[in-house]
Amino acid sequence: MLILTCPVCGVTAEETEFHGGGEAHLTRHGPGSSDDEFQSYLFMRENPRGVHFERWRHVYGCGKWFHAARCTTTLEVFGTYPAQTTEPPKDLRKTISQKRPGWTWRDLT
Amino acid sequence: MSEPVTALGGVSSDARIAAIAEAPLQGMITLRADLSDSAVKKAAKAAAGADVPGPGTVHLGDESGLCWMSPDELLLLCPYAEVTETLERLQKALVKTHALAVNVSDARASFTVTGPRAREVMGKLCPVDFAPDRFAPGMFRRTRMAQVPAAIWMSADETFRIVCFRSQAQYVFDLLTVAAQPGSEVFSDGKTPALA
Repeated sequence: MLILTCPVCGVTAEETEFHGGGEAHLTRHGPGSSDDEFQSYLFMRENPRGVHFERWRHVYGCGKWFHAARCTTTLEVFGTYPAQTTEPPKDLRKTISQKRPGWTWRDLT
Repeated sequence: MSEPVTALGGVSSDARIAAIAEAPLQGMITLRADLSDSAVKKAAKAAAGADVPGPGTVHLGDESGLCWMSPDELLLLCPYAEVTETLERLQKALVKTHALAVNVSDARASFTVTGPRAREVMGKLCPVDFAPDRFAPGMFRRTRMAQVPAAIWMSADETFRIVCFRSQAQYVFDLLTVAAQPGSEVFSDGKTPALA
């Protein structure tokens, strides 16, 4: 079970108080984009063993969206950060590097 | 003229490890606005007689109070008979501000759980640490109660107040009465320890 801390209201709770929102930091390709871009936006997702970035919503609490970085094999949560960003914050990536040296996710390391 | 009634007609159940009762009618106003705006703070304080609370807390006066629901939402508590008047005052004060205030008194049901083992009863239903040093009067928590959302605070040392949706009132009352059945005590000394 994941123990997540909502960065909006500061509450730490287990995952049943939240709702997963799928992969984080997707670029939405809509009208005017190429077929390839649209196809990959719709269907192509990461399926990592290890470090993963996801969107979560504090559905039974403050109702706000946020991001979480976690490990898919151990369910360790490296950290959570606000939804209003397009990439994970530097200090969080540093923390992950200390715990999982050599991790990669898309083009992030 | 219609007569306002609570969702379950004020049911209660005493012969349990904690006393469960439906609370009488409670005036509730949802206020959605930028809570850092001084005009909003002033209007909320004037309407509720309490300062705007910080995250996860509640400020209670004698009969009214303010609960922190989310970064842009407050729940204003007031006597049921004064809701219309309070709402009017609030809306007048916020006429120039981007804000929304709505009377939700009849959309909700509220309950009290009272007794030395109230913490155990609540702990069975919510994924929340209810040890005395983790959850105390003055704190406010929105969470999941079995399968439905609920908002919880403590009005006294051994008294929980629960607010849920009115349509789920019977479900919540049943949950509480089952969680408080005689013989279902969790801790032999009656003291809820912290989880970690």
